[in-house]
Amino acid sequence: MAGDRRIGETILRLDDICLSFGGVNALSNISIDVKEHEILAIIGPNGAGKSSLLNVINGVYHPSSGSVTYKGQTRNQMRPHDAATQGIARTFQNIALFKGMSVLNNIMTGRTLKMKAGFFWQCLHLGKARNEEIEHRKKVEEIIDFLQIQSIRKTPVGRLPYGLQKRVELGRALAAEPEILLLDEPMAGMNIEEKEDMSRFILDVNDEFGTTIVLIEHDMGVVMDLSDRVVVLDYGKKIGDGTPDEVRNNQEVIDAYLGVAH
Amino acid sequence: MFYRETGQFKTSYQADQAIFPIRQDRIFILIWLLIGFAVIPLVASEYAFRAILIPVTIMGLAALGLNILVGYCGQVSLGTGAFMAVGAYAAYNFMIRVPELNPLFCFVLGGLTATGVGILFGIPSLRIKGFYLAVATLALQFFTDWAFSRIGWFTNYTPSGSIAVQPVEVFGFAFNTPLRKYFLCLTILSIFALVAKNIVRGRIGRAWMATRDMDVAAEIIGIRPMYAKLSAFAVSSFFIGIAGALWAYIYLGSWEPLAFDINVSFSVLFMVIIGGLGSIVGGLMGAAFITLLPLMLNQLPSAMGFEISTALIKHLEIMIFGALIIFFLAVEPLGFARLWQIAKEKLRLWPFPH
Repeated sequence: MAGDRRIGETILRLDDICLSFGGVNALSNISIDVKEHEILAIIGPNGAGKSSLLNVINGVYHPSSGSVTYKGQTRNQMRPHDAATQGIARTFQNIALFKGMSVLNNIMTGRTLKMKAGFFWQCLHLGKARNEEIEHRKKVEEIIDFLQIQSIRKTPVGRLPYGLQKRVELGRALAAEPEILLLDEPMAGMNIEEKEDMSRFILDVNDEFGTTIVLIEHDMGVVMDLSDRVVVLDYGKKIGDGTPDEVRNNQEVIDAYLGVAH
Repeated sequence: MFYRETGQFKTSYQADQAIFPIRQDRIFILIWLLIGFAVIPLVASEYAFRAILIPVTIMGLAALGLNILVGYCGQVSLGTGAFMAVGAYAAYNFMIRVPELNPLFCFVLGGLTATGVGILFGIPSLRIKGFYLAVATLALQFFTDWAFSRIGWFTNYTPSGSIAVQPVEVFGFAFNTPLRKYFLCLTILSIFALVAKNIVRGRIGRAWMATRDMDVAAEIIGIRPMYAKLSAFAVSSFFIGIAGALWAYIYLGSWEPLAFDINVSFSVLFMVIIGGLGSIVGGLMGAAFITLLPLMLNQLPSAMGFEISTALIKHLEIMIFGALIIFFLAVEPLGFARLWQIAKEKLRLWPFPH
């Protein structure tokens, strides 16, 4: 674990979040504090509401009640664009890359919000627009170096193997220089080696850039090793919250995973 | 000369982000420009200008515009004919109502009017996608067909509903010969192709492609779908509106509302699909193909010495045309642009297999 990484104050607070689809309560009365610079894992059986929770955080879903407080600002709902502007980036469970574009362009889209050149200059691709492209290209190349994907930077992402696509998606999220990074099953479908690589990247991001990370993962080994804190959901309710060790010994969590005799 | 980037090292991101980073491509495009601006004017006959070169350049511009919308932003539109009609009629009305205006400026105003209409009819795209959006743009097509033939004001109350115009004159220079018309169209096409290429390789172009490929992810990155889609509609209809004004003033000279009916929309869409969605050069190749193919099919039997009645030729032409389109879509759904790309990739390795 990192040496001087300090876990700070609460940066994101979810208060009493409820979300329902028709008659199904996907999330009921969920309250979670996310602290600055920590790695928080959200686990739970399938259909527990983990992805829905991420979707609430970055504004894809709007909760029916409850509030989201981010950096001192409370709101009933985020909008995806606002969430992005304020430094929340994410990856998806099913890879959501832009298939027709190259790796480089995919990561460049991550910097959209930081680019300001007007339409006129872009038509000419001169002056401000060109300088901006070069300046952001430098930043993107740093990310490409960090993720060790130099050799595929011009390849259309549709042609890449699954593990690399996941890595590119992480790169695209990192390009926005987020304060909170939401990772939805970053290691799903990977082999052991790819998982190790991805774990290393996640730790490095957290360590080098100080990014707060909220991740959903099913691989318990990974979760227990990486995270500072684990939140357990089951049927839309929070049944556990604590350090990996506390959660491992929580009776309710064990019951949810292993089943219980009625 | 081999098509190969070996030995061409780039030492700056600027060089790597040039339009044509590979030297052979730069030479190639220069040769094409040379052919377009110097060789063709020397050798082409008047017939070639009138039947091939002028329509190809103007339709190329329309295909370029539609490709921005369909190919880059992924919004299917069947309203190309309508946007061309808006461009043409708007340019006409500006010219007759404000005669002091420079005709080229009127073309731009025609394009801007089409932009306004494009943004207005792009609003449904915020809620609907794919076929449903195509139907919504189809409504615009029928609406303009109706408006330009029924509302007399647009045609300046000409009794027949058709419009005849004088050759365009700019600063005393009349574009009245096929060669001059061709130069005008080719210049405009070249400028717009460059602008389109610049837009699609920058921030806005990436926003369009992101919206096309995965709209949810695009939104989460911070791309506003409304901005991306409406800007694509705006730029696309501007291009198409200018193409419409050129089509009316330079190619047709006199026209009626039927000149911009649904068939135009379909043929421009074919150009884009056959040429290659999401490729600037593809749209131009598609425009050349769709314009040339009927002419070639028409000439071929007599050139080969067959005696066939003109009616049969006309029908054969339609049948072969349809069959070829289906063949192309089945064999290479990504169009000429993809074939061109494959050829370049093969050339890079040639004469070695790997």
